[in-house]
Amino acid sequence: MTTTQEMTLRTEPFVVNFGPVHPSTHGVYRMRATLDGEVILDIEPVFGYLHRGIEKLAEERTYTGFIPLTDRLDYLASMSNNLGYCIAVEKLAGIKVPERAEHIRVIMAELQRIASHSIAVGAFVNDCGAYFTPFLYLFREREKVLDLFDMVCGQRLTYNYMRIGGVSQDIPPEFLPALEKYVNHMTPFLNEFEFFLKQNEILLARAKGVGILPNQAAIDCGISGPVARASGVNWDLRKADPYSIYNRFEFDIPTGEAGDCYDRYRVRVEEMKQSLRIIGQAMKNIPDGPVRADVPHIIRAPRGEAYGHIEAPKGELGFYLVSDDSIAPYRCHIRPCSLINLTALREMVRGWKVADLIIIFGSIDITMGEVDR
Amino acid sequence: MTVALPAGEIAGKLETKFPGCFEEGGKDNLLVKADSLLDVAAFLKDQPDLKFDYLNYVTAVDYYAYFEIVYQLTSLEHNRSIVFRTRAYGRDNPTMPSVTGLWRGADFQEREIFDLFGVAFTGHPNLKRIFLWEGFQGHPLRKDWNG
Amino acid sequence: MITWQDFSTPVGLYKALPPDWPVNYWWHFAFFTVAILVFVIAMVLAAIYIERRGMGRMQSRLGPNRTGPFGLLQPIADAVKVLLKENLVPAMADKPIHWLAPVIAFFPVLLIFAVVPFQNGALLADLSIGILYVVAISSVTTVGVFMAGWGSSNKYSLLGAMRNVAAVVSYEIPLALSVVGVVLIAGSLSLNDIVLGQHIPFILLQPLGFLIFFTAGCAEINRSPFDLMEADSEIVAGFHTEYSGMKFAMFYLVEYAEAIALSAIITTLFLGGWKGWWLPPWLWFIIKTLVVFFVMVWTRTTLPRVRIDQLMALAWKFLFPLALLNLFITAAQVLVWPDGLPWVAVIINIAVMVALVVIWSRFFKVGWGRVNV
Repeated sequence: MTTTQEMTLRTEPFVVNFGPVHPSTHGVYRMRATLDGEVILDIEPVFGYLHRGIEKLAEERTYTGFIPLTDRLDYLASMSNNLGYCIAVEKLAGIKVPERAEHIRVIMAELQRIASHSIAVGAFVNDCGAYFTPFLYLFREREKVLDLFDMVCGQRLTYNYMRIGGVSQDIPPEFLPALEKYVNHMTPFLNEFEFFLKQNEILLARAKGVGILPNQAAIDCGISGPVARASGVNWDLRKADPYSIYNRFEFDIPTGEAGDCYDRYRVRVEEMKQSLRIIGQAMKNIPDGPVRADVPHIIRAPRGEAYGHIEAPKGELGFYLVSDDSIAPYRCHIRPCSLINLTALREMVRGWKVADLIIIFGSIDITMGEVDR
Repeated sequence: MTVALPAGEIAGKLETKFPGCFEEGGKDNLLVKADSLLDVAAFLKDQPDLKFDYLNYVTAVDYYAYFEIVYQLTSLEHNRSIVFRTRAYGRDNPTMPSVTGLWRGADFQEREIFDLFGVAFTGHPNLKRIFLWEGFQGHPLRKDWNG
Repeated sequence: MITWQDFSTPVGLYKALPPDWPVNYWWHFAFFTVAILVFVIAMVLAAIYIERRGMGRMQSRLGPNRTGPFGLLQPIADAVKVLLKENLVPAMADKPIHWLAPVIAFFPVLLIFAVVPFQNGALLADLSIGILYVVAISSVTTVGVFMAGWGSSNKYSLLGAMRNVAAVVSYEIPLALSVVGVVLIAGSLSLNDIVLGQHIPFILLQPLGFLIFFTAGCAEINRSPFDLMEADSEIVAGFHTEYSGMKFAMFYLVEYAEAIALSAIITTLFLGGWKGWWLPPWLWFIIKTLVVFFVMVWTRTTLPRVRIDQLMALAWKFLFPLALLNLFITAAQVLVWPDGLPWVAVIINIAVMVALVVIWSRFFKVGWGRVNV
């Protein structure tokens, strides 16, 4: 990159393809990076390897029949996708969810947030080079969350648990004691995990000051979720536009200042701790009652449109539904938080090196199922 | 709680600032004409008491006679949100001005609308197909697609 | 007088081999060539096992446990698998260079063992320039690595090879300088004499030298935390991306053989080589080598990876000045006590090491070193 008068070494930029099959692009994501030596001049993202036409399929499924498809959007946070979609339909059709179901939904959503952030943090530190060790520790803990989900709905990854008007089935009696045991175990584990990594000099050197996203750029690009909060945008839908019963719980919103990879990593770990707090509060005094509102399986929503959004682990996940008084939505658009978060990638990586490209990309935490739909 | 502003409040302000920007009967759901889209959008973004600086989403719906492009904006400062829309008539080559100059987040979303609906956005920095490959014929999310 | 009875026991076998020129010279040469080959292969198998099983246990998972009891036959299974794979050569690759690269990368590693003493006087060639020969020969591997990167006609490989060359060149100097301290105390370059001169193990007399040598050595052999030359998560596999089959087996072998060679050199220079009580000396040598290797596995599992410019900054700004200071202090001590350093020098040296490392790390943090590549 230096073109001084004395050294006329002719260099030219070359294009490297970080292909759809790569050990570290999370999912089938392709980038064509223009490099000058090790320094990145520009990247061009290429999507579409996982495009399945889910929005088109929505127009042929009933409202309830679409729920399994929402599982496969961000397949690492299925409960959140289900929840977002159900909230959108309930807004559209004016359905009220019973209290017990609301509590259960909050518990599931927060457990899912912990599981999703485990993968995000683990994969990020793995990209930094800590050869799977923190990744596997977090996966060990994630297994406990998956065991809890298995207890409730029999599935480990794509749950199909939420229904329009509530949840599909009640929690078994052994669920709450197991959940309490998990919450009591997880908080000291997170503290220990942080202790290993928070002041690790190599991690600080790799992640601090790398891939900075300024505050104004984050708002401009429509970034949401931990990425935006790490840049100082104090916006969390659970506090700003509370859905379900989040306005009854006490929790903090961790924000960062610098907007670099290290802040994003810290924000996610802190969010895991806050999720444990919310679960602890939601676990107490779950009222008895039905777990599902009395709605027919085939819902016929009144004519109109609605937008329901939630704070998914990756950002603001929203569903825009247009109904024309039939059993299937006329249009279902999914606001993909991962795709919109990728808008900022190009400006975040310019000037950094190849090694940083992988880290910055990993710190945004995307899932291609949601990007491509 | 994010207050979804009712259309009437904003419609009055917009009508005084940009007379004739609304379509016929468009005041109730903020249906803006395509040529005044950029002016209206810039006004909504920059006016200090409105300050809608965050674009939630840009999407399109196919209503056979026209494509309705829907925008939702949120003001982080005032914690308010608003939905406004515009229509692109015709099915052969519908066009619409692009708002990427105001909100960069619209970049990929407008490419998606172009890819799946065929609505071209003038002023977009890189308008090409995003999910389907170059050379794909047709636009799948249109209602008359039977590929 | 050598009789056939002398050959009946291993000890007798060894005693029958004094390297008297010319009669027994070829016998000595042949015996040690075979012994070194067997030793290297066996130790590499043991190293692969220790690495995989050790890393697995540290990551709270089992590691290989199916092939043989406790997974002991896993390295043999690996070897068989790798040998049976198809040998793919990219169409645009430079065929002679592509073929020669593993060979050139491997044979220097074997050559290093020619001067490593397994027992008192038991080495292939007791060169009077022992350690200088080792430092010189170990650099030839880099030529092989660069040939691999260039001959693969793959941009990832080229990136990996470039990084490797830059790193090896940077780390040669602290490596050599830290060895000079040991040489000053022992008074000779020959490795056998260095071991014989260790009445107090040099790790106690030269703690700073040991740390610098260990770090620089790990960087030379692409071992984590400096394994960015073959960073799995970034450039797929670096310089050996395009290799498969037997050639990949050679590179795999090179990696572990270099690690064993480095461990052997560290054992010889700092831990007292074959010295020990009660067990046969060569067994002590093997045990110490494997302990040093285990420490390398430990650092690999624990630490994230540094970036290329941070790597070079670490060499030039941190290790190199410390190595120089170590050299001057050692020279001063040898001047004061010319007949061998007493035990009080141990305490002085450990205090000096702690002071220097703590003070220098105040001035230098890994993340602040930005050398434009």
